[in-house]
Amino acid sequence: MLVVGELINASRKAIGEAIKAQDAQYIQQVAKDEREAGADFIDVNAGIFVGKEPEYLQWLVKTVQEAVDAPCCIDSPDPKAIEAALSVHKGIAMINSISLEKDRYNALLPVVAGTDLKVVALCMSDEGMPETMDARLRIAEKLIDGLVKNNVPLNNIYVDPLVQPVSTNNTFAVEFINSVEAIMTRFKGVHTICGLSNVSYGLPVRKFMNHAFAIMAIGKGLDGLIINPLDKMMMASLVTAEALAGRDDYCVQYLKAFRNKQFDFLG
Amino acid sequence: MSVQDIYDAVVEFDIDKVVTLVNAEVANGTDVSEILSHGLIAAMDEVGQRYSEGEFFVPEMLMAAKAMKAGLEVLKPLLSQGENEKKGTIIIGTVKGDLHDIGKNLVSMMMEGAGFEVYDLGVDVDTEKFLATAKEKNADVICMSALLTTTMPFMEVTVKAIREQGLSFKTMVGGAPVSEDFAQKIGADGWSTDAPGAVETARRLTAK
Repeated sequence: MLVVGELINASRKAIGEAIKAQDAQYIQQVAKDEREAGADFIDVNAGIFVGKEPEYLQWLVKTVQEAVDAPCCIDSPDPKAIEAALSVHKGIAMINSISLEKDRYNALLPVVAGTDLKVVALCMSDEGMPETMDARLRIAEKLIDGLVKNNVPLNNIYVDPLVQPVSTNNTFAVEFINSVEAIMTRFKGVHTICGLSNVSYGLPVRKFMNHAFAIMAIGKGLDGLIINPLDKMMMASLVTAEALAGRDDYCVQYLKAFRNKQFDFLG
Repeated sequence: MSVQDIYDAVVEFDIDKVVTLVNAEVANGTDVSEILSHGLIAAMDEVGQRYSEGEFFVPEMLMAAKAMKAGLEVLKPLLSQGENEKKGTIIIGTVKGDLHDIGKNLVSMMMEGAGFEVYDLGVDVDTEKFLATAKEKNADVICMSALLTTTMPFMEVTVKAIREQGLSFKTMVGGAPVSEDFAQKIGADGWSTDAPGAVETARRLTAK
């Protein structure tokens, strides 16, 4: 399971203010907390700063990597901002994200073509948001095909099938989960990833629903998540779900989590 | 049996009951606009308020709207011409380059529930389309939604175009990244954080 820590996102108030004030110490503390909690990648997003995004995104990468020994997930649709961030990035970054929307696809493809970068491929096209598994598969296939032809290896591609709220259509969660299974089965070697919070939009007790959804998706093969790694219950749930899904030989990771006291929050 | 029962049935999301009761009230000879205003629309206001207060949730708002709409379908052939014009005409869509429609759909639905005549242009709507439809339908308010910081600027383009062409359409903006500051900065006439708030704002902007 690949965990991307989602906290350093400018649309979160404290982060937005820290970026504006160039408060490196605060950003670095969040990055350290995320890393210690088990994040493999630290997501960086400066999307709310129109015009200043390249400068701020670059600053975020530098600031984060001064504090933690981890790659960043560069969260932007703007190739200029991504290039600025990549120019100072150490190690192999993840790009979040390319999609099948024509402008975005054409802008992002040259950035990742022929590189070792990991890339999130979001199932969205100019025709709108896919609602069914079939619609998602059609988009995923075109994205994967285009990326592979441009020398992005299959195992560097993380397909995001696009989470939509179950509150507005009761088939949305199950269509997503079935898409995960279909993508992982049809394109052996590719990965799937997603954020969670959209699924519970418009409903109470969202955190609980997000947990249940993550566990269901992991059961169908999901192997990447963009989440808050400081959520102890979530992190423990992931390890547990992976073991239950048959992807943890001899329950090694589960036992490791136990010995690392990851279940101690249960009391 | 009364208009109050219709109101209650909408708030209880009971579609079949709403249809039965509306038909019965009509047969009883109750004033059609009374059923519409005090039964259906007032009930949707209640639902909207409970949603804003965190008591109701999105699926319940959807069920109530469905019930309201079913009742409205019964009334439609009976409504005198101009009944809708009184409330105002709304053009709504997600701006160019943006495909997010969940919030926009909720607003669209609540506007209909409030008795507005609503023309929903869907997603990825450019300024020309907003203006052409607004002119054609003689609209009062153009409502624009954006969920991305990269597509928000298109709201300003439309607001500016309205001003430059000397048109009288009011504008409203909404969507996760939209703030009151932003709405003021681009010169929009109104904004809201949620669907019931959008209805209130639209009522204020169309009040004569």
